[in-house]
Amino acid sequence: MPEDSSSNLPLPRLQIEVVSKRFGPTVALDGVSLEVGAGEVHALIGENGAGKSTLMKVLSGAHRLDAGSLTLDGRPFEPSDPLHARNCGVAMIYQELNLAPDLSVEENILLGREPATLGWISRGERRRLAKRALEEIGQTQMSLDTPIRSLTIAQQQLVEIARALVGEPRVLIMDEPTSSLTQLDTENLFCVIERMSQRGVSVIYISHFLEECQRVAGCYTVLRDGCSVGTGAMAETSLEQIIRLMVGREVDEIYPRTGRSVGEPVLELNSVAGLAKPSDVNLTLHAGEILGLFGLVGAGRTETLRAVFGLDRLAKGSVTVFSREETHSTPAKRLANGVGLLSENRKEEGLLLNRSIADNLTLTRLGAVSWLGFVSDSAQAAISGKWMARLDVKALRADQPVGELSGGNQQKIALGRLLHHDARILLLDEPTRGIDVGSKAQIYRLMYELAGQGKALVFVSSYLPELLGVCDHIGVMCRGELSKVRLVDDWSEQEIIRTAVGRAEPGEVAA
Amino acid sequence: MNLARLGSRDFLKAVRPFVGLFVVLLLFALDAELRSVIFKGGNFKTILTQTVIVAIGAMGMTMVIVSGGIDLSAGSVVALCSVVTARMIEQGHGLAAVLTLTVLAGGLVGLANGGIITAFRMMPFIVTLGMMGIARGISKWLANNQTVNPEEPLESVNSLMDNSQSPLTFFPLPDGVWLALGLAVVMAVVLRSTVFGRYVFAIGSNEDTARLCGIRVNFNKVVIYALAGAFFGLAGVMQFSRLTQGDPSVAIGLELQIIAAVVIGGASLSGGAGSIPGSVIGAFMMACLANGSGIKDWPNYMQEIIIGVVIILAVGMDKVEPMLQRFFRHGK
Repeated sequence: MPEDSSSNLPLPRLQIEVVSKRFGPTVALDGVSLEVGAGEVHALIGENGAGKSTLMKVLSGAHRLDAGSLTLDGRPFEPSDPLHARNCGVAMIYQELNLAPDLSVEENILLGREPATLGWISRGERRRLAKRALEEIGQTQMSLDTPIRSLTIAQQQLVEIARALVGEPRVLIMDEPTSSLTQLDTENLFCVIERMSQRGVSVIYISHFLEECQRVAGCYTVLRDGCSVGTGAMAETSLEQIIRLMVGREVDEIYPRTGRSVGEPVLELNSVAGLAKPSDVNLTLHAGEILGLFGLVGAGRTETLRAVFGLDRLAKGSVTVFSREETHSTPAKRLANGVGLLSENRKEEGLLLNRSIADNLTLTRLGAVSWLGFVSDSAQAAISGKWMARLDVKALRADQPVGELSGGNQQKIALGRLLHHDARILLLDEPTRGIDVGSKAQIYRLMYELAGQGKALVFVSSYLPELLGVCDHIGVMCRGELSKVRLVDDWSEQEIIRTAVGRAEPGEVAA
Repeated sequence: MNLARLGSRDFLKAVRPFVGLFVVLLLFALDAELRSVIFKGGNFKTILTQTVIVAIGAMGMTMVIVSGGIDLSAGSVVALCSVVTARMIEQGHGLAAVLTLTVLAGGLVGLANGGIITAFRMMPFIVTLGMMGIARGISKWLANNQTVNPEEPLESVNSLMDNSQSPLTFFPLPDGVWLALGLAVVMAVVLRSTVFGRYVFAIGSNEDTARLCGIRVNFNKVVIYALAGAFFGLAGVMQFSRLTQGDPSVAIGLELQIIAAVVIGGASLSGGAGSIPGSVIGAFMMACLANGSGIKDWPNYMQEIIIGVVIILAVGMDKVEPMLQRFFRHGK
């Protein structure tokens, strides 16, 4: 793009114009535009799956864009990989820090950028560079020789920022930088961001926490379903307006809500807390009920399910299953009691990808297809065939490796395992993540059927419309705590989002 | 079409060790000198007898590797148990007692391996590397750092690996060969068709999933290592029978031969894949190569080079096959 000399306005530092990106049939970005000025702190806001991470990956060179253009200081910017992007002046600080824990602060700051003449690393030069980077963010008291391992998370993050600064970035992207920081560390981080902004570094700040965005950013852009739906100056916009922009969707017509009677309580959690998360969860699940758990990524929903299922240790509280208190348990015992968990992470945890469909379906209850410890291949195939037909799984044979199926079919197998097990309490963690709409609708229908048979379901999701469409009750988690669980009709979408971002009005949720 | 491709690929994978063995034998048959000797019944008996120790070790190792682990102490445990066998015979125990107690001794070492690995969540590589030294040390201690030759030999143990009866004919096979064949059949069924076998594959395929599915991962791992140790113990009895003495410094590096057999047999060191028939064929193939090299009077180093190449070829096929497939698909 040629420089526009006729304009009096200074060129924006970074210009993103109608950028699109698709992954197979999924459209992740659908014409996103956004401009960041020099020294501007720009908040990028959106729900989970709105396209923030994809956009950042396009900017940092991890993904190539399909359409649209990026312009950096008036020149076309086409990062081919993260290193290239960094050399062009676009640095990224990920939510999970990327530091070498055993190396010192100095070594980490200069990692990959060691100043060297003919391969000889000059020690004095190194210290000078590292010190200057730390000074720039006001961290003069940090020792250069401390190993990273012995620093707090907040300090590690500052080292990561210092490392980014060594490359003299023009744009710094920060993804959820405060998610693991205390209030004080967050304030400190904001001062550092302000300092960088004064030095002319543009910052793209991604956070779920709207008040932080309001506090630190000058401008904002809201993404929803891969589109930029609103942009403006922070000072001129209320949080309510932003929340409305984030939510503004129509509820799909794929939720065939049916009337059901809710029975006895089957699962009760009493002030349950894990080692890190959750910090306080109370809930009662009844037979025939679908209870939704909403929350942003990292709110502690998955950790709650894992702790209940006996995969992670409980720090305090009690768990009662079918009126018998059994707080500390193991997955084997929970399964024996009829509690099943569907992992949010199908590929890494949920399935044995290189094993057959039949093995994956029957693994928790091989007893049903074996005799004196010998597994009958034919019984296994017959039962698997039954579930595959029932769940409409598209596969060649029951002994095909599960890894060869599509995401939706894999998920049906993972769910099918709970059905074969005949679990009476189903803990479903993001059961519809990453699968096509058709499979989603089938899974919703299946959930209704199960609830109709008197089974109890906990449905964790980051996609609000499906929770509103499917659940009887909804609870919202924020920073490890669960709100009061309420009937779905007693919530408004705005209220749910407000609670999830930690901005519920006092008394509102407790009511 | 998709179905045919898939079926043929699974089939290929299962028969690959057999194909490898066939290729080796075919190459031997091309050479007139080898052909005239190697396929004689008596020589085949020798090859089978030479396969026994590695094959029995490989049965235990296959379980460990399929479950995603490794056991480097195998060679030392074989040496230890050959000494244990010798000491038992010295004390006048009979065949049944010698077999049972020696196998138990091996199982005990395996139990320690599995216990330490699961209790302290340590890497199997490290724990069994340590155990390799410990077991070797104990065997030297137990043997007073010299070979143990029982004054009154126990004929039933010595004959386990004795192939000197009618050296020119295939039958009768020594008892050790029959024992190994019988165990191979049993273990093949255990690993393929029992609930325990499925758990072994599940743990090796993805430990997190296994845990999620209520499999007692730690308990099963301890059982796996203990069972493997028992097999190494039995291999130790065979080792004694072969030399008719307990030798604390024997079987150095045997664990690598055993691992090679398992890997040639189609197992993956990252777990979740492997089979007993494959591993046994792998062991047999290595014995064939050794035997052939011996007949040709090739120096030992040639044999080592050949077996090294075979290992890389066998495992490399996994990577080469998809490349070939892609090549032909694009070629069409």
